[in-house]
Amino acid sequence: MANRRIDEPTGTETVGHEWDGIEELNTPLPRWWLWTFYLTIIFSVGYIIAYPAWPLVNKGTKGVLGWTSRGQLAEEVTAADLAQVSVREALARTPIERLPEDSELMAQAVAGGRAAFKVNCSQCHGSGAAGSQRLGYPNLNDDDWLWGGDPRAIEFTLVHGIRQAGDDETRFSTMPPFAGAFEPAQLDALITHVLSLSGKGQANPVGAQTFADNCAACHGAAGEGSRELGAPRLNDAIWLRGSSREDLRNQILNPRMGVMPKWEGRLDPVTIRMLTAYVHSLGGGEDFVEVAADPAIDVDAQP
Amino acid sequence: MHSLSTGPNPGDQGGEARPEKLYEARAAVHNKRIDGPFRRFKWFVMLVTLGIYYATPWLRWDRGPYAPDQAVLVDMANRRFYMFGIEIWPHEFYFVAGLLIMAGIGLFLVTSAVGRAWCGYACPQTVWTDLFQHVDRFVDGDRNARIRLDAAPWTWGKVFKRGFKWSIYAIIGFATGGAWILYFADAPTLMRDFFTAQAAPIAYITVAVLTLTTVTLGGFMREQVCIYMCPWPRIQSAMLDEKSLIVTYKDWRGEPRGSVKKAQKSPDDFGDCIDCMQCVAVCPTGIDIREGAQIGCITCALCIDACDKVMAEVGRPRGLIDYATLEDCEREAKGETPRPPWRTLLRPRTIAYTLIWGSIGLGLLFALGVRSHTDLTVSADRNPPFMLMSDGSVRNSFTLKLRNMESRPRDMEIAVEGLPGAVMWSDTIRRGDAAPKQIVTVPADQTLTVRAYVIVPAETAAQDFAFLLTSQDEQRETDLVETRFSAPGEEP
Repeated sequence: MANRRIDEPTGTETVGHEWDGIEELNTPLPRWWLWTFYLTIIFSVGYIIAYPAWPLVNKGTKGVLGWTSRGQLAEEVTAADLAQVSVREALARTPIERLPEDSELMAQAVAGGRAAFKVNCSQCHGSGAAGSQRLGYPNLNDDDWLWGGDPRAIEFTLVHGIRQAGDDETRFSTMPPFAGAFEPAQLDALITHVLSLSGKGQANPVGAQTFADNCAACHGAAGEGSRELGAPRLNDAIWLRGSSREDLRNQILNPRMGVMPKWEGRLDPVTIRMLTAYVHSLGGGEDFVEVAADPAIDVDAQP
Repeated sequence: MHSLSTGPNPGDQGGEARPEKLYEARAAVHNKRIDGPFRRFKWFVMLVTLGIYYATPWLRWDRGPYAPDQAVLVDMANRRFYMFGIEIWPHEFYFVAGLLIMAGIGLFLVTSAVGRAWCGYACPQTVWTDLFQHVDRFVDGDRNARIRLDAAPWTWGKVFKRGFKWSIYAIIGFATGGAWILYFADAPTLMRDFFTAQAAPIAYITVAVLTLTTVTLGGFMREQVCIYMCPWPRIQSAMLDEKSLIVTYKDWRGEPRGSVKKAQKSPDDFGDCIDCMQCVAVCPTGIDIREGAQIGCITCALCIDACDKVMAEVGRPRGLIDYATLEDCEREAKGETPRPPWRTLLRPRTIAYTLIWGSIGLGLLFALGVRSHTDLTVSADRNPPFMLMSDGSVRNSFTLKLRNMESRPRDMEIAVEGLPGAVMWSDTIRRGDAAPKQIVTVPADQTLTVRAYVIVPAETAAQDFAFLLTSQDEQRETDLVETRFSAPGEEP
């Protein structure tokens, strides 16, 4: 190489190059640093053998350990499922009526139900369970229940669905279409009367008579509705499909009736129970007073 | 010399072609045993620091039935940090940050007052390196024996000695890592679990990693950590000035060097340094202090001990190598009297550091003293923002987090303030018991999440209101959190 010389002030040898009077001292790297570098190379060889590394045309090399990120996920999911086994068993054992008494189990059920709701129910009812008035999906946060709001009634609805074809026990009711049944003035009067039931309009004798003749059989004389028939309450502040005169006219002439699929067979009984707990916990859940007396509702059998 | 080419150029090589020395093996440091005031001080600091390190996890501190009784505990699983009477939650990590800042400024203070005292005496790398060097001396003998053994061929005797020495290294490393994990769990329980193979895998992994790093850094890397790896010597070289205390060879007194015999022949030609190399022999980082202040000097002052001993033997005054500031050295060289030590310690820089350090400490103590052990956070549901009930009343849902930082369960009252007609219930309080104020019991040292439902009569407008949390004990700690009640017709 070039002219190496000893640098006077430092006593270190130069590398022998000079750039416009600037010279570089030869300060060798510590040897352990080199070893560390070799170690990383050895490590990488081991890594390439043990783990997926080389990308090939379709797939990469597999590695002798057989590790995959999907496999790791599956293991973690299995572990998480195992961790839930005791809770799920306890939920399967506990009748839904007893669930609110066990606040810890209830909290677990609500948490599980919240997750299941996001996957299975939020498509119609919304992620906050607020439903949609425009599309007629009921709001599950309020205290107005079409078919009953205690845990047992909610679970029954979940199991059998609403107007689910092919399920004998499904919640079923039909409102007949009234298109052509009323004179325009009579229809107007009826709408005014229905609005007046919840204090939104003036009392109206013609409308009241029309209501008594055509509607009261299901909706009740004062519009109090009927849960046995799934007839909505008309004398409260909550409207499933809107409260404008136009909304009411459409619903009377060509009623729309919602359908909810039955979840029996799609979801396991414990998940349904967790969904029940979650929906009940949203704030409008009822205690066992109003519907629980219905002997037709028999969901207490062991799942 | 004028070529810019860096590649090999056959024309330039001539006859002096030598292989490039790109990598350099470490020159082993075999420091000689020495006794003296600084060595004894180093023993003392080692005893104190190692004593603190090993004893602290075993100290107990009674916190009642709801909290652990270990005086210093970093409880990762429950996210609590205990230090004697202080308990820190994750959201109060600024206390730890403050302590770290104090430690940093404390180092600045120490450096400006007494130079690299941290490096020389208290740094764990120094303490453990010192420990390992004593093991070397215990197994292999002093400097000369070790140099001989190093150069000797690998006989069975050498293999046995090396094996014995490295086993001691491993035991020290294991003890280091083993003590470390005790800070993170109940020490007696963890100790028992550890040796009955019942501790968590992370405990064994941590001990294994720390054993490895201790043996590598303290047993084999040693001074290379200070010279090549540690950023602190670099920062310190920037912080030292002519008023900083450093270990200095007084060259005006020592030079030119000469043996005792030469100096006896012509006393006027030689200085006090007899070139006995004792200062180099005892140096734990293997440097020659006579070359002046350098990054490898950790100012452990063992060379002072060595030189003073030699000076006493040859009948010359002590302090040829000594703790001194460069300013004092200049004065001394000119024959002036050095400034008194307090002037080295008390100068604007050290006073400023002390003030900053002290005020951060006082600020932390003050913050610790006045912090509330009760806290409320409120998060209003936004999906849906409000809920119309069948009687026209309006309900809002809130997620409340009630924090109880006392080590006992406490009753706390949640009250709705400034929302006329409002009543409240929760996921654990039945709707039939709805009231403007509710009492809940928050478990010891926990945050309780309460899902609260607030309902107001029909026609109530959207408005701001507040939740008031009051602890139902003699402390009556309160926290008021403002939030908003949403209602139909509210402008977004």
